[in-house]
Amino acid sequence: MAMLEVHDLEVYYGVIRALKGISFEVNKGEIVTLIGANGAGKTTTMQSVVGLIPKRSGSVIFDGHDITKTPCHKIVHLGMTQVPEGRRIFQELSVYDNLLMGAYSMKNQSSFKSDLEAIYTRFPRLAERKNQIAGTLSGGEQQMLAMGRAIMSHPKLLMLDEPSMGLSPLLVDQVFEIIKDINKDGTTILLVEQNAGKSLAISDRAYVLENGSIVLSGTGNELASSEMVRKAYLGG
Amino acid sequence: MEFLNTFINGLSVGGVYAMIALGYTMVYGIAKMLNFAHGDIIMVGAYLIVLFLPINPIVAIIAAIILCAILGIFIEKIAYKPLRGASPLAVLITAIGVSYLLQSLAQIIAGPNTYYPDPLSKLFPEFMGEPTYGIITIGSFSIKLSTLITLICVAIVMTALTLFVKYTRTGRAMVAVSEDKGAAQLMGINVNHIIMITFAIGSALAALASILTTFDASKVSTTMGSLPGIKAFAAAVIGGIGSIPGAMLGGIILGLVECFAQAVPAIAPYTVTIEFSLLIIMLLVKPTGILGKKRREKV
Ligand SMILES: Nc1ncnc2c1ncn2[C@@H]1O[C@H](COP(=O)(O)OP(=O)(O)O)[C@@H](O)[C@H]1O
Ligand SMILES: [Mg+2]
Repeated sequence: MAMLEVHDLEVYYGVIRALKGISFEVNKGEIVTLIGANGAGKTTTMQSVVGLIPKRSGSVIFDGHDITKTPCHKIVHLGMTQVPEGRRIFQELSVYDNLLMGAYSMKNQSSFKSDLEAIYTRFPRLAERKNQIAGTLSGGEQQMLAMGRAIMSHPKLLMLDEPSMGLSPLLVDQVFEIIKDINKDGTTILLVEQNAGKSLAISDRAYVLENGSIVLSGTGNELASSEMVRKAYLGG
Repeated sequence: MEFLNTFINGLSVGGVYAMIALGYTMVYGIAKMLNFAHGDIIMVGAYLIVLFLPINPIVAIIAAIILCAILGIFIEKIAYKPLRGASPLAVLITAIGVSYLLQSLAQIIAGPNTYYPDPLSKLFPEFMGEPTYGIITIGSFSIKLSTLITLICVAIVMTALTLFVKYTRTGRAMVAVSEDKGAAQLMGINVNHIIMITFAIGSALAALASILTTFDASKVSTTMGSLPGIKAFAAAVIGGIGSIPGAMLGGIILGLVECFAQAVPAIAPYTVTIEFSLLIIMLLVKPTGILGKKRREKV
């Protein structure tokens, strides 16, 4: 059964039709990637699915719930958490407080301490800097914090919007490793990337988004070897 | 002694401005709007005290604070929430409209007369003995009871608010919302709920400010909130609007300037002019205020 089903999703910015009725699904346990050029509509897709941007039409089903009209702040309670584009950590809060906000949706705060320890173990840099104001972290540390913050809510589905953006190649590799790890621990992943090579390599399935429409889909391997993807996204 | 007295008066007057300024600054930080009806909450608080004082002074104080908090929530729900996402000008005009509405309603309900209720300092009859009515003397130093209580209240409120914002989940969520509403929602924070709490706290503080100002010189009229409201707004801007320590600092500075200006006979008549000049100078020199910071551009 699909964990996330998106049907005919249409989004407008004023008169501009940014998403032209796209459909895709993410199954339990998978890593699914949306790849596409800058401006294709990837972020619009991610943010309209969670209700941060209003949908014109279409429907979104998550884990059996119709969340098409669910307000954004309720979605995380259902088990879907997003690391937004640009990370958007709370710059004025400490690392610890950012993680506290990550756990804001947890009804039962009793696991907070052990969850925190798990994050600090996974991201030792965050442990070293737990009392530091998040705005002073490096780009890589901020990305770790954004992922740690999201994991604090125990998502069933973790959505990541260009987590490798602006990072050095070494850190990019590290981010992809972490995503694979999180997935191994049982979290389903929906990933958005411009870095098609690396993301297809770790994906079970992928969709190609162009100008607000899905033009191609398949397994990670299929897409990585497809003529069209290689020309457009993998530099030949 | 003269200097010390003026200084302490300034702290107490400034503390009250700070309390009102906190309402402006918190609402601005979180809802990104200037709530020009905030000053009129002071007025409503004063009328509530007039209304409930015959029952019991303590009841009057508690009722004023609670009812003002509810009024703040109500105003936000009815007038501002429907305008979420509207142009700032529309919101500003609405806030001015709410301000006039509150004043007009007060006039319809309570009439145009100015009230001179019993001073609240009668709460403490043990200090009522003539001729040291409401004055505490320690050695050669004497302080008005109302000033002392104001200082204590201001200290408690500022400490409590700072601790609340710094160390509670809700307080941290307020900072998160003020910084990035979208990211806050992604964490499961109900932004409307946080805005509601902010209005409740701001309005409760306005009511408390009202209680402290009507402590021993009560004069209650429908427009009484305007001047302290505007001054506290100036204080919030001077300190850096959106910043909680900024509002506290701005309020205290304005109160000190006011009291010292009034203590010098030659410039006393120009006190208000001096206070607002301070605002203009600040806007020219550092528009973000003393502790205000430039918003980071979002990616
Ligand atoms: N807030 C906005 N207002 C108007 N147009 C927007 C806005 N955000 C994105 N767009 C447009 O929508 C299209 C898709 O953008 P986006 O979803 O951010 O693409 P991607 O994440 O794939 O780079 C682009 O053409 C972009 O210019
Ligand atoms: Mg994008």
